[in-house]
Amino acid sequence: MKLRRVAIAAAAVFGAVLLPGCGEKDQVIVYKQGKYQGKPDDKPWAGTQWSSNKGQWETALRTRNLNQNEYTRTE
Amino acid sequence: MARMKFLCDAERCIECNGCVTACKNENEVPWGVNRRRVVTINDGVPGERSISVACMHCSDAPCMAVCPVDCFYRTDEGVVLHDKDLCIGCGYCFYACPFGAPQFPQAGAFGLRGKMDKCTFCAGGPEKDQSKEEFAKYGSNRLAQGKLPACAEMCSTKALLAGDSDVISDIYRQRVTKRGKGSEVWGWGTAYGKPDNPQAQPPAGKS
Repeated sequence: MKLRRVAIAAAAVFGAVLLPGCGEKDQVIVYKQGKYQGKPDDKPWAGTQWSSNKGQWETALRTRNLNQNEYTRTE
Repeated sequence: MARMKFLCDAERCIECNGCVTACKNENEVPWGVNRRRVVTINDGVPGERSISVACMHCSDAPCMAVCPVDCFYRTDEGVVLHDKDLCIGCGYCFYACPFGAPQFPQAGAFGLRGKMDKCTFCAGGPEKDQSKEEFAKYGSNRLAQGKLPACAEMCSTKALLAGDSDVISDIYRQRVTKRGKGSEVWGWGTAYGKPDNPQAQPPAGKS
């Protein structure tokens, strides 16, 4: 009886160890011609700095952009 | 927002290579890889012109068209980026690019070619923004910090402009109309300033 319980427990542990192997993902990429196959990228304004506020990010970038014009800074 | 572009003003570029250094430093680009470089035409001849060249983030990028594993993508801002996990280092993009932008790190006695590396417009790549992984693979992500590429921001003469194409076109247009053309652009007057009154004569009796 005791031996049977041990055998059942061992089978359960063995099964639990084996199961993750079945969850392995495909490692071969299926190519779709002309379409980006890689990982998706975050939006630049998606981080904590901008809290997904696209307008705020665009304003900051625009300020930097306009700062490249020294005519507006010197005249 | 329009597309992000680089614009190099050949009349202003003094071949200081500040942009190259800024890029190398900002992105910790390895030896042998030059994401940006300065090309000089008629070097040493009066009237020589220099221009800073990197990936131009083409609207219809030939690298994207020829990549056999389709590892390139274009962001909403028009920046052409690629996934290094997917790149096989075949070099097709290098042959296709008219600017020689794609670079390949080489190592070992046989010059083993690594995965492609190129200018990212300081926008990182397809990893979590501003993460260690992103920096290790693609370099700095200044765009996510609301900053422009380091090369343009570091340019001492502001020859290299980067950013929203509409804005930088306006800046360039204003410059061109203000500074004139031909000999007006470079020479004594530009370097040392034009006299307030060119017709003025020295007072009589004094030498």
